[in-house]
Amino acid sequence: MHREDVLDMSVDGKGQAAEKPRSFLKEIDLRAVAPFFALALLLIVGAFTNPNFIGIDNLANVATRSAFVAIIAVGATFVISSGDLDLSVGSMLAFVASLMILFMNSGAIADPHLMLAAAVVFAIFAGAACGLLNGLVTTLGRIEPFIATLGTMGIYRGLTTWLSQGGAITLRSSEIQNIYRPVYFGSILGLPIPIVCILVVTLIAAFVLYRTRYGRHVVAVGSNRDVARYSGIAVDRVRTIAFIIQGLCVAIAVLLYVPRLGSTSATTGILWELQAITAVVVGGTALKGGAGRVWGTICGAFILELVGNIMLLSNFISEYLIGTIQGSIIIIAMLVQRSLTRKS
Amino acid sequence: METSAESGRAPVLAARRISKSFNGVQVLFSVNFDLLPGEIHALVGENGAGKSTFVKIMSGFEQPSSGEILLDGKPVRLPANGQAEHLGIVIIHQEFNLAEHLTVTESLFLGREITRFGVLDRKRMRAETRRALDLLGSKIDENAMISSLPVADRQMVEIAKAISKDARVIFMDEPTAVLSKEESGVLFEQVRKLRDTGTSFVFVSHKLDEVLELTDRVTVLRDGQWVKTAPTSMLDGESIAQLMVGRELSSLYPAKREPDVDEEIVLVARGITTGFVRDASFEVRKGEIIGFSGLIGSGRTELMEAVAGLRPRHSGEVTIKGVAMSSGDAHAANRAGLAYMTKDRKSKGLLLGSRMAVNLTLQSLDQHGKLGYLSPKSEANALARAMRRFDIRVRDGRVVAGRMSGGNQQKLMLAKVMETEPEIIIIDEPTRGIDVGTKQQIYHFISALARAGKSIVVVSSELQEVIGLCTRVAVMREGRIVGWLEGEEINEQEIMRYSAGLKKMAG
Repeated sequence: MHREDVLDMSVDGKGQAAEKPRSFLKEIDLRAVAPFFALALLLIVGAFTNPNFIGIDNLANVATRSAFVAIIAVGATFVISSGDLDLSVGSMLAFVASLMILFMNSGAIADPHLMLAAAVVFAIFAGAACGLLNGLVTTLGRIEPFIATLGTMGIYRGLTTWLSQGGAITLRSSEIQNIYRPVYFGSILGLPIPIVCILVVTLIAAFVLYRTRYGRHVVAVGSNRDVARYSGIAVDRVRTIAFIIQGLCVAIAVLLYVPRLGSTSATTGILWELQAITAVVVGGTALKGGAGRVWGTICGAFILELVGNIMLLSNFISEYLIGTIQGSIIIIAMLVQRSLTRKS
Repeated sequence: METSAESGRAPVLAARRISKSFNGVQVLFSVNFDLLPGEIHALVGENGAGKSTFVKIMSGFEQPSSGEILLDGKPVRLPANGQAEHLGIVIIHQEFNLAEHLTVTESLFLGREITRFGVLDRKRMRAETRRALDLLGSKIDENAMISSLPVADRQMVEIAKAISKDARVIFMDEPTAVLSKEESGVLFEQVRKLRDTGTSFVFVSHKLDEVLELTDRVTVLRDGQWVKTAPTSMLDGESIAQLMVGRELSSLYPAKREPDVDEEIVLVARGITTGFVRDASFEVRKGEIIGFSGLIGSGRTELMEAVAGLRPRHSGEVTIKGVAMSSGDAHAANRAGLAYMTKDRKSKGLLLGSRMAVNLTLQSLDQHGKLGYLSPKSEANALARAMRRFDIRVRDGRVVAGRMSGGNQQKLMLAKVMETEPEIIIIDEPTRGIDVGTKQQIYHFISALARAGKSIVVVSSELQEVIGLCTRVAVMREGRIVGWLEGEEINEQEIMRYSAGLKKMAG
């Protein structure tokens, strides 16, 4: 019970400062709006570059292909909001995908439907375990997340190369292949399944980040670990769970990736960590933690894929420069973010 | 209105009708100010009265919206970003500006290193640093890392830095907030010496006893307006306080109320030992307010953090309402009904970049929904209730904590802790850096909580606070509880005798 009657005391004689209504424009957080503005700008630029660009088919195709990075980046939003960083996501995807294919190739379960279901569960557990490892190395080992995940990035990549013996790992059963293919190529109510996947994952993530106790803890831990600790929050647990969420998101990306080609190799997912982190930063999440923007992240992932698409459809930049362009985007995004912070 | 003409000396630095607005909100209204050569001039006012803004304007960190600044009688536009130091105007910030991984010498000469043939002249810089520290009577090693120094020493380094810059005008914003009485004494002695050689000081402080002890003249600001400038000798603490708040101060401290001797003992700490604290024991009854006094660095905070489970203890037991607590389990202590309110509201208490509601409910999110879901409505209700209950005054409920005044931040932090509905509240420095009016409010909150049956432990470096609030007072020195005072014994002399090591508990 609150004892307002006892405690409510006010001091008179001090006039409240003049209240000024703040204009609506000032209320808008530029950092939250900027990525969507950039996306709109990019769509206009693309339309001028090539008339095929703005067609529904092309845009749906772009969104579908952005699914892997978008879903991984949703996980990265949690890790980055809690003040950490995960560089291992690209390697982790390759590793988990390889394990999943090898599991299906093992033929442990005869029925293809059951086998596929088991493989899905297996992949999800593998992703969560990889995330847990990242989290434990970072928190229990008290190693900077940058270094810890740089290490696991090498580990996951090396294991993938070893599993594939430098070549490719391919799903052998054509039966499973046929059952599984629609997960990437099919659609629900006219929407390609990968796009549905992005929406569902993002909706859940936004709910968790903005509307649950855990999400609030993530933001608190990311803004100031000491304040979080003094407020009775189990800081290391919050951080580790963020890494596990990242692992789960990677696993979901794997579930979409495997049916597309049915195979992995030592070069699967290379530089995807760059794309995922870029998507998060472009989306307006602060790299130093404390402010997560899930929808901005999705917007960032679209922007990255759109830039690649425009480069492909236009003739004036070689598509081999895609990495260079993406690298430039993350730097520009950081500069824009900082200048917007100063103004607000 | 007093002018410099009376004294016959020309002011070294003066403000003429300075006004300042931020985003359309006016915070200073046509303020006049004179600083004479060789004087210590106090600038006092409640939080939000505009002192900090005024100091920033007079040292070039902000430009006035209107009005002019005169240096040696001539209008000047002070260069921004601390470049006014070249004109001899130095500001010692409330928050420290020291890089933790530098040595004392390196921080003193940061950005103005002495070189010989392009190479750092370390020997000379060390000698200069030693000289500045000696001048302050400080024994800090000039080669020590800043990170290894306690806060009080860091403050001394800041002051030595100002001295070594041959400043003509030094602004000191709450310089004694983290200093013990002795350290403040040493600082004041040095300030007086420098004044006698012609250096001028502007001393911003909430501690009126220090203002009376140290300064020559006092200027009072209230709600952004100049209220009065007068020689300190013509004022006393009561009259300054009245000028600051613009109303009669009823008694600062509410009446004490001692709990019955057979009242339930809710908190027992036995033989607490941590890295620094040795064998500290105490107990608190229901509805009791006890105090912990002692010098800075005497181990009070460390002891309380160990009791609250925020820091592991090497040995000793903590029992809350009969339940033994395991070491370093803050969550369990919280659940058992104990809350600790940190003295470090900016780095440990509040998320400065987050809104009030987020801060308020951070420690008590369980109350605002089921299965981890948070109800925005429930949080909004909690905020409205807390703002009423603790009289938190902001223009807009969506303001981020970092933009609030110190007093409102302190109230918000108290509200946050109270949201957990604790039975025992440990309050570390309840009124650090806040104005008299808010202090009085906080004292009444504390007293009302005790009357409502809560038990309160007040840790404070302000002797008056402990004396005015507590019915029992422990004095700590070098990690040990060296004395317990009760009733009439609770006075400044007794506490100082214990904390200075002149007196010890029998046994």
